[in-house]
Amino acid sequence: MKPDMSVAHYYETMDYGPAPEADGEVRAWLKKHGAVFGHFIGGEFVAPKNGKHLTTIEPANGNTLARIAQGSAADVEAAVAAARKAQPLWAGLGGHGRARHIYALARMLQRHSRLFAVLEAIDNGKPLRETRDLDVPLAARHFLHHAGWAQLQERELADHVPLGVVGQIIPWNFPLLMLAWKIAPALAMGNTVVLKPAEFTSLTALLFAELSAQAGLPPGVLNIVTGDGTTGASLVDHPGVDKIAFTGSTEVGRLIRQATAGSGKSLTLELGGKSPFIVFDDADIDGAIEGVVDAIWFNQGQVCCAGSRLLVQEGIAETFRKRLIRRMETLRVGSPLDKAIDMGAVVAPVQLERIKSLVETGVKEGAEKYQAAAALPQQGCFYPPTLLWNVQPSSTVAIEEIFGPVLVAMTFRTPDEAVMLANNTRYGLAASVWSETIGLALDIAPKLLAGVVWINATNLFDAGVGFGGYRESGFGREGGREGIYEYLKPKAWSQRKLGPESPVPSGPTAGSGFEIPPIDRTAKLYIGGKQARPDGNYARAVLSPKGKHLGEVGEGNRKDIRNAVAAARAAEAWPKSTAHNRAQILYYLAENLSTRRDELGTRIAAMTGLPNARAKAEVDASVERLFSYGAWADKYEGAVHTPPLRGVALAMHEPIGVVGVACPDEAPLLAFISLVAPLIAVGNRVVVVPSERHPLAATDFYQVLETSDVPAGVVNIVTGSRNGLVRVLAEHDDVDALWVFGSKEASAAAERLSVGNLKRTLVDHGLAPDWNDRAACEGPILLRHAVQVKNIWIPYGD
Amino acid sequence: MDWVDDIRINLSAAERRVSSLSGRRTVKNDAQAAWLLKAVACIDLTTLSGDDTAGRVKRLCAKARAPVRADILDALGFADRIVHTGAVCVYHRFVATAVEALEGSGIPVAAVSTGFPAGLVPHDLKLREIDASVRDGASEIDVVITREHVLKRDWQALYREVKEFRAACGEAHLKTILATGDLKTLRNVAKASMVCMMAGADFIKTSTGKEGVNATLPVTLVMLRMIRAYQERTGYKVGFKPAGGISTAKDVLNYQFLMKEELGRDWLEPDLLRIGASSLLADIERQLEHHVTGRYSAFNRHPVG
Repeated sequence: MKPDMSVAHYYETMDYGPAPEADGEVRAWLKKHGAVFGHFIGGEFVAPKNGKHLTTIEPANGNTLARIAQGSAADVEAAVAAARKAQPLWAGLGGHGRARHIYALARMLQRHSRLFAVLEAIDNGKPLRETRDLDVPLAARHFLHHAGWAQLQERELADHVPLGVVGQIIPWNFPLLMLAWKIAPALAMGNTVVLKPAEFTSLTALLFAELSAQAGLPPGVLNIVTGDGTTGASLVDHPGVDKIAFTGSTEVGRLIRQATAGSGKSLTLELGGKSPFIVFDDADIDGAIEGVVDAIWFNQGQVCCAGSRLLVQEGIAETFRKRLIRRMETLRVGSPLDKAIDMGAVVAPVQLERIKSLVETGVKEGAEKYQAAAALPQQGCFYPPTLLWNVQPSSTVAIEEIFGPVLVAMTFRTPDEAVMLANNTRYGLAASVWSETIGLALDIAPKLLAGVVWINATNLFDAGVGFGGYRESGFGREGGREGIYEYLKPKAWSQRKLGPESPVPSGPTAGSGFEIPPIDRTAKLYIGGKQARPDGNYARAVLSPKGKHLGEVGEGNRKDIRNAVAAARAAEAWPKSTAHNRAQILYYLAENLSTRRDELGTRIAAMTGLPNARAKAEVDASVERLFSYGAWADKYEGAVHTPPLRGVALAMHEPIGVVGVACPDEAPLLAFISLVAPLIAVGNRVVVVPSERHPLAATDFYQVLETSDVPAGVVNIVTGSRNGLVRVLAEHDDVDALWVFGSKEASAAAERLSVGNLKRTLVDHGLAPDWNDRAACEGPILLRHAVQVKNIWIPYGD
Repeated sequence: MDWVDDIRINLSAAERRVSSLSGRRTVKNDAQAAWLLKAVACIDLTTLSGDDTAGRVKRLCAKARAPVRADILDALGFADRIVHTGAVCVYHRFVATAVEALEGSGIPVAAVSTGFPAGLVPHDLKLREIDASVRDGASEIDVVITREHVLKRDWQALYREVKEFRAACGEAHLKTILATGDLKTLRNVAKASMVCMMAGADFIKTSTGKEGVNATLPVTLVMLRMIRAYQERTGYKVGFKPAGGISTAKDVLNYQFLMKEELGRDWLEPDLLRIGASSLLADIERQLEHHVTGRYSAFNRHPVG
C-alpha cells in the first residue's frame, strides 16, 4: 500500500479516492469476438463484402478498442434485402406477437444492463453513472413502452399500416439510447430496420443485435450496418428503403433532406439545438444551478437538447454567476468508469479540437471565461466544464452549437425579453424555464419555439413523451403516441395513383358575338386581407377544357409571395385567438360559401367541364368540410402524458406558423378548402397557390373570406405558375411549412428546396387522393401535419 | 426580512439533486474506511428514552470513549490515535452523570432542552431548563423551536425565541432543532433555518427523532444551502446535525457527500457536523471490521453502547 493511499491519509484529506467499475465482462465479450466485428445482417454477423474495417478507440485513453466493418453499398444492399424479406412476416405476426418480442428485448436489456452500461461508457467516454442510471434504463423503458403500442396497434391505429423497411442513422452521443428510440417504435409498428450506428460508437448496437437474436428476434427484423458517413449515404440513397430516420447534425440532416427529396421516402430528422435555459429572479437559484449542471455538463455537453444558452434575469445575475462558479469547482472530471465523477471524456479528438477553437472564438468576441479548476486526466479527450459569461447574442458561441461542456450566458430584463432572446435562434429543440411563480412559468412555456419545454427541470426524457424539434432542429417526434405515427402511413393513402394529366386546352377561342357581355370581373391576388394587383402586372388566361376564355387571374411572382408571407407573418393574433373563435369563423365561412353555391357551382362547371350537378356537389362538399374543421377547431387537442415522475407532460398541439400551400388541379374548390381549412383551424396562417388551371374558384372565394371575419393575413392567395411559386415558397426562410399537392415535380422541388430552414413538408408526389373521400382527405389525417407537438414537462410538489 | 422572504425552494429540483448525487459520489476501500471513521467522530451518541437511567447513560459514555474495537483501529493504522464520538446526547436529568462519566475524555455532553421533543412547555421554563443543563456541565444545548411560529409564518416570534435561547446558553453551543417532519414543506424548513441562524444558532438540526419523518436528504440539502447562503452574507460558519433515521454506513456516507459537495471539506469535521444517531455506530463497526478482515461481521462481535 502506498503511503498516500492510507486510511489516515483519507482521514485527513477526506478525498474521494478512486472508485473504478470492473470491466472484465466487457473485455471478455470483446475478446470473444477477437475485437473485430462484421455487420449484423439476417440474424448473424457477416464480414463486410469489401473486407474493410474501421478502428474504434476508447476516448478516455486513446487505446484501440475494436475494429468494426466499414459498410459499403453492397453491405447496405444485403441488409435492406434481409429487412425486406422479413418485413411481411414481421408485420404478419400481429400486434401481440410483436409485443412479445419487443417485451423480450426490454427484459434482455434489463438482464444485461451492466454489460451494456460498461461497454457504452468505455466506447463513448461518458460516465458510467449516466449509462447505468439513464441510458440503459431509459432504453429498456422505450422497449417496454413500445411493446405496449404493438399490443394496442390493431385497436388504436387501425387506419394505419407500417411503412415497410426503415433506414435509421444514429449519432454517437447516446448510442444505445438512440438505438432504442429508433428501433422500438419502428419494430412495434411492423416495420423492419436497417440501422447504422455512429462510427465512433457502434459496439453497443452490435451487442444489442447479438443479444436480440439470442432473445429470439427473427432474422432480418433488425439489421446493423456499421461504417462512416458513406455507409449512411448508401442507406439514404437505397431505393428499397421506405423511410429514413436520422438523429445528428443539422448539416447532415440537410443533405439527407436533399438526397431523399422526391423519392417518396418518409423522413424524420432530429437535429441540433442551442437550447435556452431561462432563470427568472423568482427561481430557486440553487435548484436552477443544479439544473445547469444537468443541462450542459451532462454527457460532456454532447447533447442535442443541452441547455447551452443561459438567460438569467438581471436582478439575480451576479448572485447566479458567483454560485455557478462555486458549483463548477465541485465538478469532477475523470475516467468514465470511475463511479465518483460528473464528467467523462469527449468522444473524439476532432470534437475536442472543435470545442477548444469555439471557446477561443468566444473569448475573442468578448466573453469572460470561467473554467473549473478540476484536474483533468493527463491522457485522453478531456475538456473542463466551462462558462462563458457576458456573451452577446451576436457572438459565434451564442449562435453555433458547440456540442461540448460549454455554457454561454447572457442576461435579460423582462419576461418578454427572455422570450425574444430565447427564440432568437434558428433552432428550436428544447428550453428550460425556472420560476417559482406558476403563472409566469406557464405563460412563458407556450411562447417558446421549442419541441420540449421543461419547467423547473431539464433533460427529462421518457418513452411516453414525444421528443423532437421546431424549426431547424428537425421534424418528427420520438416517443409517445405522437411518435408512433412517424412509423406508419394512412391506409387511405395507399390506394392513390398518379393523377392523369388532363390535356391542356389550346389557345382561347374568338369572342362569342354581339350579345351584351357580363360585367368584367378582374380576379386579383388576395394579400393581407386586401385584393392586390400582382406586382408584375401581368395576367394569365383561364380556359375551359374546350379552350373557352373564362377570365384572367394575376400572374403572381416572387415579390407577391414575399408580400403574402409578410402579411401572413404579421397576422400573429390568429394563433393566439381562441379555438372557439376560429371555429366560429370556419362555420361563418361555410355559411357564406353556401349562399354562393350556384355561382361557384357554375364557375367550377365552366372551368372543369363537370356537369352542373357534380360541380354544385363539390361546393356542398366544401361547405361540409368547412363545417368539419369548424368542429375540429376546438377538439383537435393535445394530451396529458404521465411519465414516471411526480408531474405531467402536456403535449400541446401548436400551429406551425406560416404555411405555404399549393393546390392540385382536381376539385379546384374542394381541394383548396380541404388543405386550407385544417391549417387555419389550428391557428396557422397560409399563403395559398390555387389550382393553376382552375384558379377562379379560389379567387371567387376571397369574397367569402372578406365577408366572414377572417382576419387580414390569415389566408393569402397568390395565383400564377404553380411550380414557379412553389420554388419561391420553398426557398423562403420565413415560411415554416409547405404543402404541395397535385404534382410530382413540384413535390420533389418543395422537398429539395426546403432545406434552407428545414420546412416541414407535406407533399403528395403527384399521387392524387379522391378529395371526396373523407377518410383520405379530412380530419386528423391532415390535422396531424397542421400542428407540431410541444411537450411541456411540469414536475410539481411543495 | 428579505433574507427570509426571498427564499425559493423547488421540491422536484431538490429531490433530483439528492437522487443523482448518490450515483455521482462514492468512496471505496481505504477511503471508505476513513470516511466511516470520520463519521464516528461526528456522532452525537444519543439516548433519549423514557426509561433512561444513570446506568444506561454510563454504558453509553463508555462506548463514546471507545466507539471502535482497538484491534480494528490498529489494523486501520490508527493504533496511536484517539477516536471518540463527537458528543453524548442526553436529557437534562442525566447531564451530570454523563459529564462525570466522560471526564478527561474531551467528549462534550449535549443536552436536549426547551421541553424536548414537543417544545410546548412555558417559555420561561425553557430558559430555566437551558440554564440548569449549562450549570450541570452541558457544553452543547439542543433546543426545539416552537413549530407554531413557523407554521403561522411568525418569523419575528421565532427569531425572538431562539435569540433568548441563545442568551440562556451563554458559552454553550446552541443547536436548534427544526423538527422538519412537522414543518412539512422545504420552504418552511429553509426559512426556519435562516431565522434560527440569524438569531444565533451554532448548529441547525433536522429532527428530534420523535417526529413521523426525521432527517432526509432533501431536507438536508435545503438546510445546507441555507447555511451556505448565511455564510455568504455574514462570513459565519454554522454547523449541521441530521438526526433520526440514519442507521447504516451507506446512509451516513450520503450525508457526508452532500456536506462536502454543498458546503465543502470543513463541514466534515465534528465542529461543523454532528450526526444524531443511536444504532448507526454498530453498523459502521461491522463495515470497518469487514474492511479489515474481508469477512462479513456480526453485531455481537462489537461491544454495545
